[in-house]
Order: sequence, then structure tokens, then C-alpha cells
Amino acid sequence: MQTLNFLKPNRDNIKNYSIIGSFLVLVSLIDVISNAFLKVNLTSFLPGSLTSLFPLIIGLIGLNMMRIDYSGNKKLDLLNKNINTNNFNALLTLVILFSIIKALPQSLSWMIFDATISGDSKDACTGTGACWTYIKVWFRRFMYGMYPNEFHWRINTAFILVIALGFVGYFMKENLKKYLALYYVIIYPVIAYLVIYYLISGGSFGLQWVETGAWGGLSLTFIVSFFCLIFCFPLGMIFALGRRSNLPVIKYISICYIEFWRGVPLITVLFMSSVMFPMFLPEDFFMDKLVRVIIAITLFEAAYCAEVIRGGLQSLPRGQYDAAKSLGMGYWKMHIFVILPQALKLVIPGIANTFLALVKDTPLIFVVGLAELAGMLALAKTNPKWLGFAMEGYIFASIVFWIICYAMSKYSYNLEAKYKTER
Amino acid sequence: MNNIIKKFIPQILAILFVVLIFGFLTLNAQTNMDNRGIDFGFDFLSQESSFDVQFSLIEYSGSDSYARAFLVGLLNTLLVSFISIIICTILGVIIGVARLSSNYLIKNSAAWYVEFFRNIPLLLQIFFWYYAALRALPMPEKANAWFGVTYMTVKGYYIPAMVWQNLSVFLYCGLAAIISIIVLRNYANKLRDTQGKQIPVFLYSVALLIVLPLLSFLFGGVSLGFEIPELKKLSKISYIYEGGISLPPELIALVLALSLYTSTFVAECVRAGIEGVSKGQKEAAASVGLTPNQVLKLVIMPQALRIIIPPTTNQYLNLTKNSSLAAAIAYPDLVLVFAGTALMQTGKAIEIVSITMLTYLTISLTIAAIMNWYNKKIEIKEK
Repeated sequence: MQTLNFLKPNRDNIKNYSIIGSFLVLVSLIDVISNAFLKVNLTSFLPGSLTSLFPLIIGLIGLNMMRIDYSGNKKLDLLNKNINTNNFNALLTLVILFSIIKALPQSLSWMIFDATISGDSKDACTGTGACWTYIKVWFRRFMYGMYPNEFHWRINTAFILVIALGFVGYFMKENLKKYLALYYVIIYPVIAYLVIYYLISGGSFGLQWVETGAWGGLSLTFIVSFFCLIFCFPLGMIFALGRRSNLPVIKYISICYIEFWRGVPLITVLFMSSVMFPMFLPEDFFMDKLVRVIIAITLFEAAYCAEVIRGGLQSLPRGQYDAAKSLGMGYWKMHIFVILPQALKLVIPGIANTFLALVKDTPLIFVVGLAELAGMLALAKTNPKWLGFAMEGYIFASIVFWIICYAMSKYSYNLEAKYKTER
Repeated sequence: MNNIIKKFIPQILAILFVVLIFGFLTLNAQTNMDNRGIDFGFDFLSQESSFDVQFSLIEYSGSDSYARAFLVGLLNTLLVSFISIIICTILGVIIGVARLSSNYLIKNSAAWYVEFFRNIPLLLQIFFWYYAALRALPMPEKANAWFGVTYMTVKGYYIPAMVWQNLSVFLYCGLAAIISIIVLRNYANKLRDTQGKQIPVFLYSVALLIVLPLLSFLFGGVSLGFEIPELKKLSKISYIYEGGISLPPELIALVLALSLYTSTFVAECVRAGIEGVSKGQKEAAASVGLTPNQVLKLVIMPQALRIIIPPTTNQYLNLTKNSSLAAAIAYPDLVLVFAGTALMQTGKAIEIVSITMLTYLTISLTIAAIMNWYNKKIEIKEK
């Protein structure tokens, strides 16, 4: 019986087993680390494929020996509970650890240690690592597109103004709070439009006119998603109410609208806006491409918004409607003062997710020739002076978008948590 | 009286509004087309298309009609969606289960996988794979063989082609296996309901699926050969693989990006589904004496699937719609072939864009209808 217990620790030899086990795990880790960072193969004396499997086997045996239930040692128990519950888990743990260790030196040296950031032409990039000089030189283009360099302050000012105006609601006086919805739904979009039109487009107040074809980069992403965001919300609300209406005509018009836009991909909608839309406009009526794209995306996202808001409307108990009706409220009074305030609070996380999807969809406007970030990357990539840096460009863009989207999704989780407790 | 007016006036106004908008748009389109000398009609579909498509599943050349070009694009869209759906389901289930693991490392790496791929726009991911990652692959003459017979090169992935003899016999055998499995399942359900006996249906099904096609090899005269891609010299510096099937890099980049991106959403659906089954169900099932396998099969999975399947189908639908991003890297899908090249050549903007949109709409609505029917079927029937 003693021999059967060879790999199974008991009360008496806990200490020996945990020490031997952790030593074996340490050996396996050292082997992998030295292999990855120092390029030294400690186990070259072993034959063939056994060399690469050696740390895995040793580590597994070590973890197996360390797996002691209720050892009394708090740290060991915590370790066992979290990464070492059984052999399968131990194997996965080791595989994940080893692959991280193996991938780390390569990516670190490519991204940081061997990378170049000095200089301002392609010649500076001679190393084997990434060429961040490329990003540095093109940074303004990636942010502002072909917008003239000396006017970049106009974009910055416009954004700061629009954001500041967005926060006005927080500082409104108590007696003005009832106009909050009015402000955000009607006044704010108009002001924001005027600010962006007069500052970024220019043409008056002594500012030079910059046509929308020159707009681009990340700032265009922001402009497009901002306008679509503020316009698609009220539109979505109308169609959500329409879909819940008792009047069959209005109901079916809303259903058709929502299902139509939800059924087609955004890219065909953009194609529609660029090639089909001009055919439907009056003869001598010219509409800017950017405006057409914003209208198309707004119509598209409004359908998604409507579905989210409808979810909120449906989740309100019937009693709310009945109570409002029994107070003698009409349809509009009931919805404005009783139903919508509660329903909109419920759908805030869903709306945030829709907006997140909207921001992620904006790079698509590249397909109809508007050069936002993805479009600028494509442009920079084909510049004969800067060939061969596609990787750096896309990694940079991915990081930028990832930060924006991750922040938004974390914020929507927060909102969800915040409004969950109240019901 | 008052009520009737209240009911009818908004509806009549709504109809008027819609009719006016459509009338206005049609009128404009009419004048615009008259001015430009374009006529409206779908005759162009039968005309000769005279453009070539890089990659197609069916025979196609420039002398075929636009309708056939449409079919080529549609099939390419369906192909990329189908492959991506399979991969994203496998990945999504693994990641979703991993997020519920008790292992700290696995749980967190799965969570980071989801956060990472979900928060980068799909278009950027497609560009990354196509322009950055796949461009770093070796040229055909320098490629190493993967698994001995497949070659991953900058010009695409070359895999052996299957050469069948008497394929129809094999297919009939497969069909027979599927039919017998369905019959067996029905019989097993009946037996369970009436006598309470359990049959290991899954094992029998696997056996049937293996044995029947195998029999076709032994007795049906079916044989399978492989055509292995071989390196061929075109000129001094240019090499290419011949034979076998070549998957173009556009397809690979699309499949990679679509399946990695969508798998994060599928993973979230799977996680929500498994978490949605209450612990009490598991304990109750165990306490009436079901084995762990039976608990999983008869109690947990049916309830979890009820939560998982509707949102997952939605994700599949999104994937199919997202596959239209193929146009950005010139994979000949429906949008590129039809709304791109064909539109450029014929100039029939209204007709072509409407056909493209209606095609996607039909796919979406069909799947939505099937899902509604399925949801009704699996709904908990309260007494």
C-alpha cells in the first residue's frame, strides 16, 4: 500500500511534497524562461522532441505533488484552488503560462526594444523591430485627415465646445431640470451642428472654407458617430412607440421600417447612400457625401435603437399604463411623464451597446471613399515613401479603437450596475 | 364619433406621409433617369457580363450573364459565412465554457480574449489579417509543408483535393445513416416515454455514421483519392502550386476575422446560457438519482440551449451580414461582384442596389421566421 501512495501526499509528508513539487515547477519555469529570453537550451542533452516537452512533464509532476487538500498553508491552498484543481486544469495552466512566456520576448522586442521612433523618414527604420516613426510622421494625418495643418485648432476647439455643451445638463439649476430632455433632444443637436459647421467647415467669420472631402482621420469617426448618435435616438424612440401602437397602420409601417433596416448590412446601406440616393433627390439639389452618409447611418441605427427602446417599453409592468390612464392621462401625456422616463432608464445599457456598435461600424464609411482612420491607413500604406509598414499602422489603429470601445463598454457595464439596484 | 376620429386621423396621416415620400422619391428618380437617358428594368440580368471573377464555386466566365454573376457572388457570400459560422461556434463554445472555469488563468485569458477581439472594429481586423499578417507569409517556393501536404503561402492556402469515384453511392449511404438515426431517436424517445428505458442513442448514431459510409467503401465501389498540390515553375522567379484546391488569402483573412470577432459574442451567449440555469436544477436532478451525464444531457443542456440558441442565431445572422465587408479586401462576394463590378458596368444603381439589399433581407427574414417558429416550439408551456 505504501508504494501506491507514491505520488499522493498525506498528512505526514506534506512539507516534503510541497517543497519537491514547487521545486519541480520552478525548474520547468526556469527552463522555459531561459529558453525564451536568453536563448539557452538547458535540456539539450535530452533527445529530440523530449526537450520541448520536458518543462511540461516536470511541471505537471510538480503540480501534482503540490495538490494537497487542506494543507493548512493558506497560500498553497489558494494556489491549488485557483489554478491546480485537477490534472487537466494543471496542464492548461502550464500551457497558458508557457505560451505567455514564449510569446513575450518576441513581441516585446518587436514593439519596444528593437523599435525605432526617432527620425522623420523611412531611412530611420533599419532595425528588425517596429517602425513607430511611421506613426509619428503620419500622426496628424491619422487624427485629422487631409485637413490643412494650420487649421487643426479649429477641430480641437469644436470638439471641446461640443463636449462642454454636452455636460451642461449636469450643472443645470433645479428649476431648469424639466427642460433637460428638450435641451438634449432638440437644442443640443442644433447647437452642435452649428458649432461643427461654422468652426470645422468655416466659410464665414473670417475662417477659410474647408470642404468635407478633406475631413478625415479619427476626428471624422467622432463627427460621424456623434451626429448619428444624437439623431438616431429620437428617431428610434418614435419607431419604438409606433411598433407598440394600437393603430394597425402605424404599427405595420414601423415594423416594416425596423425589419427592413435590420435585415440589410450597413455596407449596402452606404452603397445606397452613395450611388442610389442622388437619383432620388431633386435634379439641381446637391447634398454633400458626408451628409448623405450620416443620414444613411442614422436611418440604419435608428432601427436598432428602436428595438432596444421597445425592449424597455415591454418590460414595464401593465400597471404603470393602467395607473396613468386611470388618472385621465392621454396617450402623449402618459408616455412623456410616466412611461418613457422609466423605460429609457431601463434601456440605458442597451443604448450604450448600440452606440458602441455604431462607433465600431464607422470605419465602414471608408468603402464609399470617406477617409477616416481606416481610410487614412490605406492611403498611408500605399504612399511610395512609406511602403511596408501596414502592420504598425493597423496595430496603432487597433489600439486606438480598442481603448475607445473598451472604455465605452466598461462605462455601459457601470451604468447597468447603477440602474440595476434601483428596481 | 370622437373615438373613431382619434383612431383614423393619425393612420390616414401616416399613410399620406409615406405615400408622399415615396411619390416624391419616385418622381425625382423618374426625372433624373429621363435626363440621363437611363431606363428602368431588369433586362440587363440576362445580358453578357463580360467581367471575370477571381474565385468562384461554379463555372463562370465573362461570357455568362449578370444573373450568373449574381449567383457566383451569392455562393461566395454563403461559403464564407458557412465556414466562419462553424469555426466561430467551436471557438465560442470553448471560450464561453472557459470563462466559467474555476481556473484563474483560464478564466481570465478567456475574458481577455473576449474583451480584445470584441472591441476592435471588424473592418480593422480584416485589414490586419489581409494586409499585415497574411502578407508576411512565405512565397510559394519557400513554403514549408503543413501536415506534409498543405502549403500556406502568401498566394493562398493550398490543400489536397479529394477525387471521388461513385460519390453518389457514398452520399446515399450518408443519407441512409441520417434517416436511420432520426428513426432511432424517435424510437428511443417513445421507449423512454412509455417504458422508461434509456438507449445510448448517441453511441449508436456515431456508429451508424461511421459504419454505413464505410460499407459503401467496401462494397459500393466508392474510392477516394487525393490530388496533392505540387510546386510548378512559371518563370525564372515565379512559382505556383498546381492541383488540389487553393483557398485565396482574401477568403482566409475574412474567415479568420469574422470567426474570431463573432466567437466573442457567441462565447458571451454560451456563458449567459449556462449561468442562466439555476443551481437548484442540477441539485434536484442529482437528488432524484440521475447520473452526472444524464443531468447534463436531460436537465442542464435543454434549459441552457433554450437561452443560448436565439441570441446565437442572431449572431450568425450578423456574421452573414458582416461578411459583406469582403468588398473592402476584394473577395468576390455578393456586394463586390454585384453592387461593385456589375453596377460599375451597367450603371443600373437602383435595380442593383435593391436586388442586393433584398437578397440580404430575404436571408435575414427567413432565418428570423425560422427562429420565431423555433422559439414558439421550445417555449416553456405553462399549464
